[in-house]
Amino acid sequence: MGITLSRAAQWTTASSNIGKLEFTPMNELLLKEILSFVEEFSSQHPQQAEHVFKEPLQWTTTLVASDFKTDYDISDSVVQSQEKDSEGHPLLLLSPPNVYVRSFSQLCKLVHLTNDKKLEEVRACLEDNRNPVVKVLGPSFAAELEGDNQDETRLFAKVKEEEEHKDTDDKVKLFLLLQNLDKQLLIKLLHEISQQVELNPAAVKNEVEMLKRSCGNGESRLLKSIQYTSDYEFSNGCRAPPWRQVHGEICYLVIEPCDSETLYITCSTAGVFLNRGIKQKGEENDYERTSDTYEDLVSLLKSKSPQFAKNINKQDCAVQELPSTQKIQHVESVDAEEQGQPQRSYEQQEKNVHEKARQQHTANKAGGKMKYEPCPRWKDLGLKCPPGRAEEKKPNKSSGEEKSGEMYKKKMATGAKSKMKADFSVSSLPGHLSPLKIKTSAGALPVEVFSESSTESEEEEEQPERRPESNTDLPSEYWHIQKLVKYIKGGDQRFTVLTLCTLMDFNLMQETCQLAIRDVGGLEVLINLLDTNEVKCKIGSLKILRKISSSVQIRRAIVEMGGLQSIVKIVDSEEEELMALAAETIAIVARFPKARRTVRQYGGIKKLVKLLDCVSNLANLSVRQEKDVEIARCGTLALWSCSKSTRNKDAIRKAGGIPLLGRLLKSPHESMLIPVVGTLQECASEESYRIAIQTEGMIKDLVKILGSDNDELQMHCASAIFKCAEDKQTRDLVREYKGLQLLVSLLSKADNKHLLAAATGAIWKCSISMENVAKFGEYNALEVLVNLLTDQPEEVLVNVVGAVGEFAQIPENKATIRRCGGIKPLVNLLTGTNQALLVNVTKAVGACATDMDNMVIIDQLDGVRLVWSLLKNPSADVQSSAAWALCPCINNAKTDDRLRRHLAEAIGHCCMWGSNKALFGEAGAVAPLVCYLKSKDSSVHQSTAMALYQLSKDPNNCITMHEKGVVKPLIHIMGSDEEMLQEAAAGCVRNIRLLALANRKVQLFY
Amino acid sequence: FKALFSNYLDNLKNIINSKAISKTEIECLICDFNVLLREQINPGKANGLDRQNFRSILYNKFGMSDAIIMDAVFRTFDTDVDSFISVKEWIEGLSVFLRGTLDEKIKFCFQVYDSNGDNYITKEEMFHMLRNSLIQLPNDEDPEEGVKDMVEITLKRMDYDHDGKVSLADFDKAVREENLLLEAFGTCLPDRKSIRGFEQQVFQHQLEK
Repeated sequence: MGITLSRAAQWTTASSNIGKLEFTPMNELLLKEILSFVEEFSSQHPQQAEHVFKEPLQWTTTLVASDFKTDYDISDSVVQSQEKDSEGHPLLLLSPPNVYVRSFSQLCKLVHLTNDKKLEEVRACLEDNRNPVVKVLGPSFAAELEGDNQDETRLFAKVKEEEEHKDTDDKVKLFLLLQNLDKQLLIKLLHEISQQVELNPAAVKNEVEMLKRSCGNGESRLLKSIQYTSDYEFSNGCRAPPWRQVHGEICYLVIEPCDSETLYITCSTAGVFLNRGIKQKGEENDYERTSDTYEDLVSLLKSKSPQFAKNINKQDCAVQELPSTQKIQHVESVDAEEQGQPQRSYEQQEKNVHEKARQQHTANKAGGKMKYEPCPRWKDLGLKCPPGRAEEKKPNKSSGEEKSGEMYKKKMATGAKSKMKADFSVSSLPGHLSPLKIKTSAGALPVEVFSESSTESEEEEEQPERRPESNTDLPSEYWHIQKLVKYIKGGDQRFTVLTLCTLMDFNLMQETCQLAIRDVGGLEVLINLLDTNEVKCKIGSLKILRKISSSVQIRRAIVEMGGLQSIVKIVDSEEEELMALAAETIAIVARFPKARRTVRQYGGIKKLVKLLDCVSNLANLSVRQEKDVEIARCGTLALWSCSKSTRNKDAIRKAGGIPLLGRLLKSPHESMLIPVVGTLQECASEESYRIAIQTEGMIKDLVKILGSDNDELQMHCASAIFKCAEDKQTRDLVREYKGLQLLVSLLSKADNKHLLAAATGAIWKCSISMENVAKFGEYNALEVLVNLLTDQPEEVLVNVVGAVGEFAQIPENKATIRRCGGIKPLVNLLTGTNQALLVNVTKAVGACATDMDNMVIIDQLDGVRLVWSLLKNPSADVQSSAAWALCPCINNAKTDDRLRRHLAEAIGHCCMWGSNKALFGEAGAVAPLVCYLKSKDSSVHQSTAMALYQLSKDPNNCITMHEKGVVKPLIHIMGSDEEMLQEAAAGCVRNIRLLALANRKVQLFY
Repeated sequence: FKALFSNYLDNLKNIINSKAISKTEIECLICDFNVLLREQINPGKANGLDRQNFRSILYNKFGMSDAIIMDAVFRTFDTDVDSFISVKEWIEGLSVFLRGTLDEKIKFCFQVYDSNGDNYITKEEMFHMLRNSLIQLPNDEDPEEGVKDMVEITLKRMDYDHDGKVSLADFDKAVREENLLLEAFGTCLPDRKSIRGFEQQVFQHQLEK
């Protein structure tokens, strides 16, 4: 318990030896466990219980002499045990308020005396003896315990050399017992922790974003402000410094609620809590936790700010309509290449399953005792334990097994039949089909799309295992599965197939069964079967592997054991069923990089591509051809999974996969088209694919498929067009095949955010061609797009704004945007943080600002200030885009001296940042600025001169200025009374002159 | 003679009533049958292939090895129960072997497994067929118990109408649910490789002649 107590228990203060155990559920659990360990110690280990401690455990007790009974020597308030050690010291001594105990048997007795205060006594004992193991066994042993050393012989030697005691044996046993307890406790606690909410950077970020939006001035605002303490975000999404990240901390926030003082908040993976006030740079003790831990920001704020609680309840619906943390977390930017395809849902579904399992688990936990739901089929088979049995403790493995066997027989013998009838009628309902079956019937096994997708990094996450802590709680399935695996090992082909069929009747999508198969060594057996010559055994094995691979852990285990290699080997077997099954299994297993690499390294990509080469005419198939097409479909599913890795994309291309995919694109079946288009859009991140898609004439098919009525299919199609339409010819082809109208019609499915993101992306890229913009005009696309500028996830907004920016290149569209009320949402988006979005927003605002009427609105909305504040953005792309956007503002601000002054000032200040000088020059800001000098307003002169001085530090700008005849007015200004103005003008002229001189020198010498 | 033979073939084709096998293929099968018949030790007496010859064919050409199952296959081929496989029985049986639909195969396997021909596969029949299928278990556990256990499980699984035995309808349903159960109690159909080998030998070889 050394490790558990020192590391896992939650003490009130981090450093000292006088800490108190906090009253947390975790500690409560810990105490209870230790208590039951002590209580049962005497009866379970009578010999070790007599072992005398190295030093007594001493603590302040609430017990008094009168609590003790006859077998103690009691004189006044002092109590002594009758049992003494070899030197005659009593093993228990009470001299109030202190108690000294020197053996487990005494500890045990004492605990039994305390009745209802047991936990308090344990707590006091642990608080006063921060390292009980040292006292029980001596310091050297305690060190062993910390070191997790299991070498018993060394222990023996150690004990022997240390002391010539007879009870060496006991001591070692005691040591092992304590070590075991420690381990058990840790497992329990981990189990507990794993059930608590785990926050991640993305979730926190989204919550912060959500709260940011609801800051403001209105009556119903939730908060005054919310800020990160650090602008810097690490690549893992954390903002906490690395040495705090190791504690699971993600970021720190400073939140000003409307009605209470400023809150300093730590967001960590374990939850959200108040700290001692981390501002910019935290002092070491600032990081300390000063409040309870909450599962998320909203719950913390609810408890800290009554007004927040009130308002959020009011807004509850509204807030929910905002993209919730969950949603955003899984919807990624369509642009992101390797990881960013909004398509995978199986994973998510699986997650949901886990989620459900977890909820169920927790619920059961709350009910006291865990229960495992046997799969329906077992109920049917009458193998389910009678209800009372779950409460029985199975003392050990073998007897548990026997028992279940008995139960089974009994059940078979007695009234199982009548019960079975009822069960069958239930199980024949369609709802009882396993999820896999349902999916197959829907046509696309591992890919359903309407739910969320996942990123590669997410796949990587190891899920904490939730498994029963000890044998006593193992579900009945475990024993049955163990038996079956034994049968497979010992049986011939017939028996193995029969056993595999029995195994298939378990609910293999259920984690309990999946882990049971793994834990009894079933995976090895199943994988071994793949290497035999028995076709039926291979089929059975794959059918099971395919299902249990829905678990991340199983997938990993299969790859670790080399099972994926065997599966790859089967892909080009002679049996059609095997080929299809192997490919299907690869599709499920190859969901993480190592697996994808394995497929490639063992030549799997080539084999899979070969499967695609089936019939050339996909309409009117014979039975036999249908089988081939089904194999091709499974192959495509596998390639789709594999295509998440760039190298595999190359491998598919090299194996000649692109034309084959192009051929399958003509299939009339959605179940085929989904993986085909999915793979294509995944691979379209590569230039070579984009070219091939265009040259192989696939755009025509893609546009045609865009017209299907399957959301998932449309999404993949739009996504592919999105990626390919960077190319002008592709854009023209989309128009030619009448794809633009279809894309616009997809905008009506605004509820499906993935589809919307893909469709708007495609529209954006297509609108780069002005012919397309004109065509879009016929379908009133712009009006629809403007409506999508609010209340959309960022992935959609980036694309919508990008498209609006392109549309705004045409003058009449600028007016349309204004008329539809698009200017205001655009300006609002300037306050965001998503860089891709900001690039597009500044571009769109800039394009709109070239229209005078728009400019007025932008200025009223303070848009110019917002744009120039973006010149300080860390991203060079945002900077340049912002600089570009400022230029039309400068041009259009001819009449308004106030605006001119501010603009010039802004440029002057922004020039001090990074490459802005050059960017302004490139964006054509210099020439209009020179014109500002013609203004009669001296304050305009001043700021303009300042700006020109800054700009003149860039040689190219000097040339432009000189060409625009800046020198003359500047010299005029130099005669001004204002010192600042003089200096700026003179500095600018000097820079121009220096350049001219340098230029002349160059001409002279070379 | 040719006309006569052709007529005979047509009749045979009608009787056999299988769309899967063409007339030419039937011709080839008949030729092959005659060759096999000639190899038989005392062909004169026989009305067809005898048990021993049939078993060696199953073993050599179709890779079957289980004696119980081979006898059962013989019994299933021998529809007129005269202990000989006539040419008609041969072709009918092979049409299932080579080109059988799932329906035909289910029926065939069921007949093979129903050793007493009472139209049910009983627990005893299952046990008889599976008797030696569990070779070893750890810790000296009795394999026979394991087999009994598996028979119970399988019976429960297939016995949809809860009469304690497996009827053709039960078997049919179970196999349609899980194809692997088709040859649950022993391999009684040739695998793809032997089919290919046989077809190559009999059909193509004959055509070349």
